[in-house]
Amino acid sequence: MSLQYAKPKPGRRSPPGGGPAIEAERLVKRFGGKRALAGVDLAIPTGTVYGLLGPNGAGKTTTVRILATLLAPDGGRARVAGHDVASEPRLVRRAVALAGQAATVDDDLTGRENLVFLGRLAGLSRAAAKARAAELLAAFGLQEATARQAKAYSGGMRRRLDLAASLTVAAEVYFLDEPTTGLDPASRAEVHRIIRCLAAGGATVLLTTQYLEEADQLASRIAVIDHGTVIAEGTPGQLKAAVGSGTLRIRLADPAQRPLARRTLAGLLRAPVQDGADPVLLTATVPGARSGQPPSEQAAAAVTGLGRAGITVGEFSLGQPSLNEVFLALTGQPTASSAPAAAGLEATAAGSQTSTKESS
Amino acid sequence: MTTLTSAPRPPGTAPPPGLPAGSRPEPPRAWAASAAFGWRALLKIKHVPEMLLDVIAIPVVFTLMFTYLFGGALAGSPGRYLQFILPGTLVMAVLLVTMYAGTGLATDRAKGITDRFRVLPTWRLAPVTGALLGDTARYLLTAGLVAVLGVAIGFRPEGGAPGMLAGLGLLLVFALALSWAWTTLGLLLRTPQAVMSAATVVLFPLTLASNVFVAPHTMPGWLQAFVLVNPVSHLVTAERALLGGHPAAGPIAWVLLTSAVLTAVFAPLTAWLYGRQR
Repeated sequence: MSLQYAKPKPGRRSPPGGGPAIEAERLVKRFGGKRALAGVDLAIPTGTVYGLLGPNGAGKTTTVRILATLLAPDGGRARVAGHDVASEPRLVRRAVALAGQAATVDDDLTGRENLVFLGRLAGLSRAAAKARAAELLAAFGLQEATARQAKAYSGGMRRRLDLAASLTVAAEVYFLDEPTTGLDPASRAEVHRIIRCLAAGGATVLLTTQYLEEADQLASRIAVIDHGTVIAEGTPGQLKAAVGSGTLRIRLADPAQRPLARRTLAGLLRAPVQDGADPVLLTATVPGARSGQPPSEQAAAAVTGLGRAGITVGEFSLGQPSLNEVFLALTGQPTASSAPAAAGLEATAAGSQTSTKESS
Repeated sequence: MTTLTSAPRPPGTAPPPGLPAGSRPEPPRAWAASAAFGWRALLKIKHVPEMLLDVIAIPVVFTLMFTYLFGGALAGSPGRYLQFILPGTLVMAVLLVTMYAGTGLATDRAKGITDRFRVLPTWRLAPVTGALLGDTARYLLTAGLVAVLGVAIGFRPEGGAPGMLAGLGLLLVFALALSWAWTTLGLLLRTPQAVMSAATVVLFPLTLASNVFVAPHTMPGWLQAFVLVNPVSHLVTAERALLGGHPAAGPIAWVLLTSAVLTAVFAPLTAWLYGRQR
């Protein structure tokens, strides 16, 4: 089975004037006394994947819910697909699709019934809704679970059904709220492929995630959000340059060589080096573009330099900066709310190889 | 559908088959969206038949219990009392079942599926009207059970089939109007349990302090005053008249008026609460 994509239609896809697909200005939202959003600004170009990166409770879901017309902001304004979310919510709803934390499926219905039902609500005929449901179930590897109630699904299957339900019909703007949380690596790769193809087909994708690596792989621009404000915005390259490129971990063959190795490495990298909990382990944050040399080359040179100094390196690795390191670099400290969440994330974020203790 | 051409895709990625093709269809009309939600309600009954337990148990227990428990004491014999109590049983059973209109909505909200519906460009009230279509099936089942069981143990509807049908129609009108009050509660309260408790607190005095069990002239004056303005009393009077074959215009008009007022107040309130951006 191979489907073709809709070519972006000039009239429907691009908002009037060819402006950004999503614009938010100083969005403020309070829940009781707590300020969830403290002035979020976003400008997301049409046809791109945009990453909204932040720890739990940073305001990602609140931002998505406001943009998807589910929540009224207390201050500021936003336009999605050329329409104001406050004054033209129906026109916004005709252009968007929502998946992830904020949307779910009916536990009592089977996978197929859920998709046929949502297809009918999206305006498909009975036959088209059935055909589309079959396509989606096949595409998301849910054939065996077709006739099973959604409450009997595993976490990963549920996520896939959630996402499938949001792709029933084409949208100009997709809000994907942590679409890969809880997915196994193969399903995650499949979701990544779908996200790329959505944008390639002309749609705009706002992706929220807790994983820097995911945003890095998919998004052309990233906004880092914390405590309800955007604390950094730019391309993944710009962000990484600002943050430093990651953590070099070196395992020595001989723990006795560690003090010498630490001094040598600090000199080579011109960056502070920490002892790991393991007596043969050293970790260092490799400086980013500031030194004008790619971090991988710096790391390779440093490892070679250690060998020349007579230090035997058992193994080494260069990892992506963790979300916690991003916050460290951007705010100077792991934020109170982000520290526990970020520490938990590091265990699951592929490519991140430091623990909070080692990097602080 | 228009002819489609492939859009450029990133190098090295084959098109995944799950992508939506074509342009987005027009959103369904209000009735089509309501029908989809009604279909969902029926599917839920199919998959979770336990949900019908109350709908089946209430009419059976009420019909048998009221007739044989109070019959001898209140009317001399269960047979004679049945003729008086059955229209009341019918009303009480169906009105108690109406509270599920609110609990279903509260369950959807607690689970988060409401957000998926609210982001659709469909008629705002479709999830509620669709659910009410499903509820209508339950009301019919409840009323049917009471009627069949009543006739089986000796109730004689003098009004015949036309009287039965008219009585059923009037009961449905009032039950659906009252359902809007519970859908409003379902959107105000946080949990399905809270909705059920609140609805019970309203329904029990409303159905018990009425002319369901005994004629009001046996009650103290202050209670009579309440019973005579209680809309449930008017409904029961109207049902007795319709089933008995001598329809009375006054009570029927009162029931229709009350239904209109309930709908006019609570349907817009439900719509506003559902559309409210929280």
